[in-house]
Amino acid sequence: MISFSNVVVRYPGASTRALDGVSFDAHESQVTAVAGPNGSGKSTLVRALLKRQPLEAGSIAVDGADVRSLSQQEIARRVAVAPQREELSFPMHVAEYVALGRYPRLGLWRSATAPDHAAVDSAMQRAGVVEFASRRTDELSGGEWQRVRIARALAQEARALVLDEPTTFLDLSHEMALFELLHALAHDGMAVLLVSHQLNLVARFASTVILLDHGKVVASGAPETVMQASLLEQVYQWPLVITRDPAVGAPALVPLRKRSSSSYLP
Amino acid sequence: MEHRPWHWIVMVALLVALCVISLGSGVIHIGARDVVGALTGSGDPGTVAIIRQLRLPRILLGALVGAGLGMSGGALQGTLRNGLAEPYLLGVSGGAAVGAVIAFAFAASSGAVVAVSAFAGAAGAVVLALLVARAAGTAGRGDPRTLLMAGVVIGAFANAVIMIALANSPPNTIRGALWWMMGSVADGTWSTIPWLAAAVIIGGAALVYWAREIDLLALGDEAAAAMGVNVEASARRIYMLAALLAAATVAAAGLIGFVGLIVPHIVRAAGIRHHRPLIVAAGVIGAALVVAADLAARVARPPGELPLGAVTAVLGVPFFLAQLRTAR
Repeated sequence: MISFSNVVVRYPGASTRALDGVSFDAHESQVTAVAGPNGSGKSTLVRALLKRQPLEAGSIAVDGADVRSLSQQEIARRVAVAPQREELSFPMHVAEYVALGRYPRLGLWRSATAPDHAAVDSAMQRAGVVEFASRRTDELSGGEWQRVRIARALAQEARALVLDEPTTFLDLSHEMALFELLHALAHDGMAVLLVSHQLNLVARFASTVILLDHGKVVASGAPETVMQASLLEQVYQWPLVITRDPAVGAPALVPLRKRSSSSYLP
Repeated sequence: MEHRPWHWIVMVALLVALCVISLGSGVIHIGARDVVGALTGSGDPGTVAIIRQLRLPRILLGALVGAGLGMSGGALQGTLRNGLAEPYLLGVSGGAAVGAVIAFAFAASSGAVVAVSAFAGAAGAVVLALLVARAAGTAGRGDPRTLLMAGVVIGAFANAVIMIALANSPPNTIRGALWWMMGSVADGTWSTIPWLAAAVIIGGAALVYWAREIDLLALGDEAAAAMGVNVEASARRIYMLAALLAAATVAAAGLIGFVGLIVPHIVRAAGIRHHRPLIVAAGVIGAALVVAADLAARVARPPGELPLGAVTAVLGVPFFLAQLRTAR
């Protein structure tokens, strides 16, 4: 569904590459997770997919079509992206906000019609935000806001969903509920590509994990193959052990205290 | 507050009522029935002349200027994601003033020369602000704050140019330039109305057409791109349209401050948040504000008049502060 092949990105003036030959696929009916330390290039992947950052080499394809040959609107009809940064300068009602997701599907006069209203209703139901449809966006909790953002992305009616760090600032229950929602969406046939720091949750919910470090894919595959203590210690530069989640048996990462460290920095 | 259909009825009724009151008010008071009669061409010929040749073009000019400034401000605040943005901040006012002052300095007697010169100055300043912001921006359209800063700096530069130009000018030139900078619709004639109406209708319609993109640009560049907006092209188009619309109003009536800043806030307080209805409503409320301010400017101290730009601020600022207090 979304295919990154040998993608190279370099920010203007930077000596190193932000992405250095990254290749992987995010398939339909699966949750694919991209993990890695800060600065490993995770968000750059999303920016490159949206053509916000030009590729030095390689290509990104959605449904077999190179994104460079697609208009911004055509990309938005195929992939719905909830970027990490979003500033709502002027608050609005949740239903109004979710309706913005219909933009790539509006016709020449850009007027909403019955199918648009139906898609907004259905997206709000799927994301479980109907109950706060008439609340204002600045009155939502962090967890509610993330769900509303997903509702807006679902209103695009794309077959792929990309989320950049959707669980930042969320507490345990909201985080779990969000992962359950993403899992359900993948079960319904969507290709879900998730950029996340939450390795333990990713290991439980994702079919495939891509581990990035310094712009390169250092491991990819099922969570069991990627969640290797020696590999993760090297990538995160921190001592850790991998155990088994006692409830479901998924691999779980436990970071250790450093015994003789004078610095908090890795 | 919720956005309700009756809000539209109230807004339009307010504008119409203000226009009728304004048509009847002045040194010679004319009753509402005689106003309507004069508009249709019946009644005392003197009254018909006052209404149709003096007051009506003046009020129409005020309404068009207010509508243009309101719509321009609404579009810019969304696109720049900043409630302090207004058309004059993009260098429109400074550039226009430089153009007008140059025309005055060369003793231009024709209003048309001043208008064309002001429009050229405004357009030039906007293009300059866009070029500066583009050169300073690292990626894409850069930070919208860069554009605002470029506009502010160009405005400051323009002020310096104006002071230098006026420093050794004769008092008449200074007085003419000062009055122009305070804005006025007193010289409104039927010759100005058609082209300004065309600019406001075409510019406003274009902004309304692209208003959906403003909704998305207001969420941030990355979110807008994710929802299918070609961010740089779209933002540039909206800046240019909004700035040229404001420049047209400045050419017609000089500098009338605060309208572009406060009108979008008033509209949002009425519960209108999507930019398509917001820009239309900002046009109606902007027109009402300038017609009301012009009415106040005429009746406050007859037979003299107060500077319109000062009255819009005096009327608008308390309203704006009250709205800030109750904004929820």
